[in-house]
Amino acid sequence: MWIDLIIEPFQYKFMTRALIVCVLVGVMCPFLGAHVINREMGFMGDALAHAVMPGMVAAYAVGFSPLIGAVPTGIAVALIIGYMVKKSNISSDTSIGILFTGLFALGLVLLSLIGGTGINVEDILLGQVMSTSTMDVYMTIGLTALVLGLMLIFYKQMVFIGFDFEGATVAGIPASKIDYLLLVLLSVVIVVTLQVVGIILVVGMLITPASTSTLITRRFSTVIYVGILFGIVSAVVGLYISYYFNLPSGPSIALTSTIMFTLAFAKKWRTA
Amino acid sequence: MALKCPCLTENCSCCIQVFGACVEFSNVLALDDVSFAIPQGVLTGVVGPNGGGKSTLFNALVGLQPVAHGTILINGSPPGNSNGEVSYVPQTDRINWRFPLSVRDVVSLGQSGKGTLLHNLGFKTDSIIEESLRKVDMWNTRDDLVSTLSGGQRQRTFIARALTQEADILILDEAFSGVDISSQEGVLSVLRSLRDEGKTILMATHDLNTLSDRFDEVLCINRHICAHGRPETVFTKDVLTELYGSHGGMFAGHQIGRHGHVD
Repeated sequence: MWIDLIIEPFQYKFMTRALIVCVLVGVMCPFLGAHVINREMGFMGDALAHAVMPGMVAAYAVGFSPLIGAVPTGIAVALIIGYMVKKSNISSDTSIGILFTGLFALGLVLLSLIGGTGINVEDILLGQVMSTSTMDVYMTIGLTALVLGLMLIFYKQMVFIGFDFEGATVAGIPASKIDYLLLVLLSVVIVVTLQVVGIILVVGMLITPASTSTLITRRFSTVIYVGILFGIVSAVVGLYISYYFNLPSGPSIALTSTIMFTLAFAKKWRTA
Repeated sequence: MALKCPCLTENCSCCIQVFGACVEFSNVLALDDVSFAIPQGVLTGVVGPNGGGKSTLFNALVGLQPVAHGTILINGSPPGNSNGEVSYVPQTDRINWRFPLSVRDVVSLGQSGKGTLLHNLGFKTDSIIEESLRKVDMWNTRDDLVSTLSGGQRQRTFIARALTQEADILILDEAFSGVDISSQEGVLSVLRSLRDEGKTILMATHDLNTLSDRFDEVLCINRHICAHGRPETVFTKDVLTELYGSHGGMFAGHQIGRHGHVD
């Protein structure tokens, strides 16, 4: 029976935890992703994901959940990248590139130095949502509430600075501060998403559902609502695929989201 | 000691006052000892050659560009402290047109930080948004994406945003680049009616032909103020030479179809 296929995985507690985290990530990623794709911040998102590696490894090393190490690292890196982009004379993609490869390399070296403590490098790079702890789930719920709350409160200001930074500044909006806030929230979302799809595939979760939504909707606010739908569907469907076909969860989810994009793209191309 | 307004009249109504402002970019003076004052409720055209400092002046007036020397007062306080009383429309290439916003979305940005969460999310539309859209004749196109609009419609959308912001000073940089003549008239008639309501408007323009029909006052700038006053009186040969060099004379008596050449 259909219903049994849907319910069966949840006789395992770890699957219930995985599902909760997947749904929350599916909601948060397109919300931030809509800003990311319209402001061409994809590279920055990818960089933030790689740059939290040392924090994750350090947390592992002292026996904490990697999430606990990744959140403060992510916020610190977001502020540093934001500062470099605004103040440095080096072009932003160059300064971001230098910073994130350096930190990612540091993470790999740390991992090697403390090796043999049971860390699976594949889990860090590709995610392993099935091994999420109860503590991780609570943290994810808390962080989701925080991110969504702030995104809603500052929704208009963020749209204004993304559309017309100078006009927003003149209108009295603290544009630089709001920009930093967006970066910090982006880093939090990325860190939470790392549990699901890992460092390498994070940027896919961030931009693919939102881009799929852009193909079939017009207004920014609708891009977000529909993107959230795509985000949840790809995370949940990917999780089932991973369970039934015994595939790693991160790639299954990322691939589901890419397939949805391809279908929407093909439909648009055919009707155009 | 209180500064005496550059307009040199007692108890004036000037809302933009600039006292000896200088702006420097790597040892080159973009603005050199600029002083002028704009009374409230006047529509002023700002003309000058490319690189003559029009955009720099506008950026300084709205607080985006600090001045190296001198003082700028907007409604009596330094620029950049505005609580929405100044609305700025940057040159069109400074706008991120990729952002998929409708006309109504853009106009509602004027209410950023005001109203409740429901307003913020666009579930509720304030009456001021409808009012502003109707004033600039964009109510019927309110659901169009701004990226698909013509240049004139885009400018009217930005003007509506300024109205929603309840700004009393509007500063428009190159508002007519890429706007055809008939649409320019549409934008101007909106600006004139706002001027009649007491708004102060400063607009950069390249079109010398129509200045006297369009603006109450003209400010001519080429790093410093070459002239400031009513359009029919400011354009002397000396001023044009100062603005545009020796070819400036070509613009004298410039009319459509006749380019001022003396055969």
